[in-house]
Amino acid sequence: MVKDIQPLNEKETRAGFGEGILEAGRNNPNVVALTADLLGSMKLNAFIKEFPDRFVQVGIAEANMIGIAAGMTIGGKIPYTTTFANFSTGRVYDQIRQSVAYSGKNVKICASHAGLTLGEDGATHQILEDIGMMKMLPGMTVIVPCDFNQTKAATIAIADYEGPVYLRFGRPKWPNFTPENQKFEVGKAQVLHEGTDITLFACGHMVWLSIEAGKILEEKGYSVEIINIHTIKPLDEEAVLKSITKTRCAVTAEEHNVLGGLGDSIAQVAARHLPIPIEYVGTNDTFGESGKPVELLKKYGLDKEHIVAAAEKALARKQK
Amino acid sequence: MPQLKDIATQIRRDIVRMVHGCQSGHPGGSLGCADFFAALYFKVMQHKPQPFDMDGGDQDLFFLSNGHISPVFYSTLAHAGYFDKKELSTFRKLDSRLQGHPTTHEGLPGIRIASGSLGQGMSVAIGAALTKKLNNDDRFVFSLHGDGELEEGQNWEAIMFAPHHKVDNLIVTVDWNGQQIDGTVEDVAGLGDLEPKFAAFGWKVLHMDGNNMDEVVATLEKAISLTGKGQPIVILMKTVMGKGVDFMEGHHEWHGIAPSDEQLAKALAQLPEPAELGDY
Ligand SMILES: Cc1ncc(C[n+]2csc(CCOP(=O)(O)OP(=O)(O)O)c2C)c(N)n1
Ligand SMILES: [Mg+2]
Repeated sequence: MVKDIQPLNEKETRAGFGEGILEAGRNNPNVVALTADLLGSMKLNAFIKEFPDRFVQVGIAEANMIGIAAGMTIGGKIPYTTTFANFSTGRVYDQIRQSVAYSGKNVKICASHAGLTLGEDGATHQILEDIGMMKMLPGMTVIVPCDFNQTKAATIAIADYEGPVYLRFGRPKWPNFTPENQKFEVGKAQVLHEGTDITLFACGHMVWLSIEAGKILEEKGYSVEIINIHTIKPLDEEAVLKSITKTRCAVTAEEHNVLGGLGDSIAQVAARHLPIPIEYVGTNDTFGESGKPVELLKKYGLDKEHIVAAAEKALARKQK
Repeated sequence: MPQLKDIATQIRRDIVRMVHGCQSGHPGGSLGCADFFAALYFKVMQHKPQPFDMDGGDQDLFFLSNGHISPVFYSTLAHAGYFDKKELSTFRKLDSRLQGHPTTHEGLPGIRIASGSLGQGMSVAIGAALTKKLNNDDRFVFSLHGDGELEEGQNWEAIMFAPHHKVDNLIVTVDWNGQQIDGTVEDVAGLGDLEPKFAAFGWKVLHMDGNNMDEVVATLEKAISLTGKGQPIVILMKTVMGKGVDFMEGHHEWHGIAPSDEQLAKALAQLPEPAELGDY
């Protein structure tokens, strides 16, 4: 039952990143960390304490940071660049495009404070377009883990995964429900609950809200499949197809513009192989604003009630 | 008209109350720049709050590039008459025009460009100054930038552009408080002495103590007297982060955290409410 999925605790996904990079640093002497005047927000204190020589403070100069990281790969370092998601992507898109993606460099672009749940800082900082920008770059792997434990595991795993990676996580405390010390497999969708009526595909913070929506749908008598697409690219097409072949309708949920994000990736698979009704939960081509994370998710249509409503719409379309 | 010093005190009260009210925002840089904002909007600039005109023809314009110090900007705009000071209580809350960082998107009078992502405002100020010249508008463009913010490379593209194009109706001010998020500006980035840097790029460089009101007014007026001579002007403004609240002064930790109830009371006790303006 979906209702049996319970959080272990509430923690920030970025804190998972902080623990993960410390462990990645212990596992592999080539791991180095860079930041652009945000070491506290990015939870780098423990890493810096243990590996002061493997930390680079770039100052408020994100474009420079990406270029330096690309350069550091030449000779074998594995640079993790760290700043907020907006300054990790939009700010430095061409530097990533040319010096990292096109040049095929092993840079891990680690981005916190993604999406609406950044909260009060408002739209200038709340990027809702980064998944799209990053997945459009040839050769870029895009990972959006769902909770603290998974962010930690993904942070550790990408050190051993050759090639450029965009790792997206967030600011607030959030339900932490996946197992501690899990093994993270890049590119492998995670089936959290099996069902037969509808599939909820989600990434990041929206995975927990999809579980909560799944509980409501279950009470209404539906059998719900919930799949965590922590790797948006490369997408686990086999898992997506397997699920929709069974359920024949789906909802996608992401803290991102519905144009260009997870939903689009899922829809392409469906359109190519098995067209089915799909409803999209995400921001609808809008900027965000200041407010508390939970208020913002509600106002912009990303709370569990909106996922339930989207699911009922998809189910109704299937029945026609 | 109240004394500029009283206006600055009122702005400081608003800053700590606003940041406390939503438990979020940036008091440090805001408090440090309160004297500058009071001087600029209540003495130096020629501007018309009502009705707000985005184009600002025949007015002086101001651009805040270091958008995180929005509390000082919002409080100043409210007291200057751009909007009702009651609205200050909505800062950073849902459905507010007073976004975390200044924005035109919600239509707040007095804001002419979004800022918050650092390092973009000097280019915008240059653009507005070029338009004034093309429009034969002889008023000036002012802008403010953080010292940490100068680490962004776009600034240096702008710093190179302005003298080359003789943008001499532009008065840029740098809040040289020596602090940024991760520590002192020297520890983080080694910015060094800004004077020879700007001078080498071709700017007229002035200095001022940004927390000495008489000096702020005199220096801004001097800057105006130096416009129209083929060179852009930069004022290197020394301020104390958190100025006016003793436990915040000089500490980068107060860059972006909110005071507790107890800290708010302590802060307000150091900033007596001026008779003429009043809290929102
Ligand atoms: C492009 C960009 N990178 C990073 C940030 C996050 N950030 C906000 S303020 C700040 C420090 C700014 O330092 P400074 O300009 O000296 O301002 P002060 O702390 O003195 O107010 C940083 C890194 C940002 N807003 N924009
Ligand atoms: Mg500073």
